[in-house]
Amino acid sequence: MALITLENVTMSYEGVKVIDSLNLTVESGDYLCVVGENGSGKTTLLRGLLGLKKLDGGNICFSDGLKAEKIGYLPQQTEVQKDFPASVREVVRSGRIGTSPFKLFYSAEDKRIAEDAMEKLEIKDLAKKCYHDLSGGQQQRVLLARAICASEKLLILDEPVSGLDSNATDEMYDVIKRLNNDGMTVIMISHDIDKVIKNSKHILHLGQQKALFVGKTEDYKTIVKNGELQEKNS
Amino acid sequence: MNTIFSAIMTYNFLSRALVVGLMISLCAALLGVVLVLKRYSMIGDGLSHISFGALAFAAVMGYAPLKVAIPVVAVAAVLLLRLGGKKIKGDSLIAIISAGALAIGITLISYSGSSADMNSYLIGSLYAVKSSDMTLAIVLCSVVLAVFVLMYNRIFATTFDEDFSKATGVKPGMYNTVIAVLTAVTVVIGMRLMGSLLISALIVFPALSSMRIFKSFFAVTLSSVVISVVSFITGFCLTIILDGIPTGACITLVNLLIFVLFSLVEQVRK
Ligand SMILES: Nc1ncnc2c1ncn2[C@@H]1O[C@H](COP(=O)(O)OP(=O)(O)OP(=O)(O)O)[C@@H](O)[C@H]1O
Ligand SMILES: [Mg+2]
Repeated sequence: MALITLENVTMSYEGVKVIDSLNLTVESGDYLCVVGENGSGKTTLLRGLLGLKKLDGGNICFSDGLKAEKIGYLPQQTEVQKDFPASVREVVRSGRIGTSPFKLFYSAEDKRIAEDAMEKLEIKDLAKKCYHDLSGGQQQRVLLARAICASEKLLILDEPVSGLDSNATDEMYDVIKRLNNDGMTVIMISHDIDKVIKNSKHILHLGQQKALFVGKTEDYKTIVKNGELQEKNS
Repeated sequence: MNTIFSAIMTYNFLSRALVVGLMISLCAALLGVVLVLKRYSMIGDGLSHISFGALAFAAVMGYAPLKVAIPVVAVAAVLLLRLGGKKIKGDSLIAIISAGALAIGITLISYSGSSADMNSYLIGSLYAVKSSDMTLAIVLCSVVLAVFVLMYNRIFATTFDEDFSKATGVKPGMYNTVIAVLTAVTVVIGMRLMGSLLISALIVFPALSSMRIFKSFFAVTLSSVVISVVSFITGFCLTIILDGIPTGACITLVNLLIFVLFSLVEQVRK
């Protein structure tokens, strides 16, 4: 069943189109990877999905009881001040904040979910540490744990493995795969084509404004192998 | 100590200043944590200058000072906090507006020829605190405390990562507006005591000192409140003992001392 349907989605910055009439459906339980060159509009598209940026045209439809707010999000960069005092536990728990509109305090269940998320990502021993004293890989895990706290249904991850070493990258992919196997729908941006082909179910390859490929990962694999992926309008 | 205590008991204006000061210190510390972490350290400074301009305008025109200053500063605070990041960088915008407002204020006061007022606005004093300020300070403090207790988790989430909290359905704009308005009122009331030149110290110092040592948001918030209240009480007593040195300066110096101490502790720990 389609969880998200995008129809003719068009997005731009100051009149310059970045995404032009994109159509896409994401099934429940899907693992969709968005790939493409720097500046091809991957982040922009996800921000549109999240409601952080307005569409210039078309529409995005969420179904299956999914509210637009019930999305776990891992941003590409968090513009957090260098010395922001925040413990890992505080950051992970903050993922629960949007789960009900008038949430004032975290319930025992919120806290348990946060602890579970930290357990899943093996960062429990870091719970009391300051977020900014962690390594890049540990920080990504914290942000992923926060994203998990925010949703049981859909994760939107913007380059969750950027800056990680190959070991940490593999672990991250394993964690995400496991979450997907447990029923979480995943939409993820990545530059690592090999890993993407190995892990994802569907791929969206963005080119200049247009999608160069949308479809099953196996089909993408053959196309890439045959060198058939071309900018159509260049 | 005894003399200070009896002085407070004897002089009404002292107990008034004490109450207002405590309330304002508490508010400034809490709001300061958010402002510093949002990289708006300079907003207190900017607002105090705008407040100076507004008070000067009210004085020259013969209007009730707070009735002019609070709305003007509140609007400025909302604009700075919400629009700041967009076209002109936040801090340069604050610099432009605050210098402009200061110049207007000085011009107005000089034109009307009462230099005594100028001094009390710029430097602040214990005597300047009115009983209406006390009521307002108590109301303000209750609101600030309520906001921080009830919205603590939301404030943390939006301060730490505005995009994430927006994506999960929190509306950061509303929190920014609430913080801005409360900051504005804090600045306007606190200015009488601290002076336009030093009120921003009350906002930034406790948070910055706490951040030297504490590494969680909760600890920093709590520590800022304690530092702020302790430095106010110490500064307040110093003004009474060292008769003639303005309260704002005393409190700021105590804050500075705490900042230096905390920085040293941080260095030693490394
Ligand atoms: N805030 C902005 N204002 C103006 N233009 C922007 C803004 N953000 C992105 N753009 C432009 O939109 C285009 C797409 O940017 P986007 O960040 O979506 O790319 P991306 O595919 O995520 O790239 P990367 O792989 O580097 O993360 C780029 O050409 C960029 O210059
Ligand atoms: Mg990007």
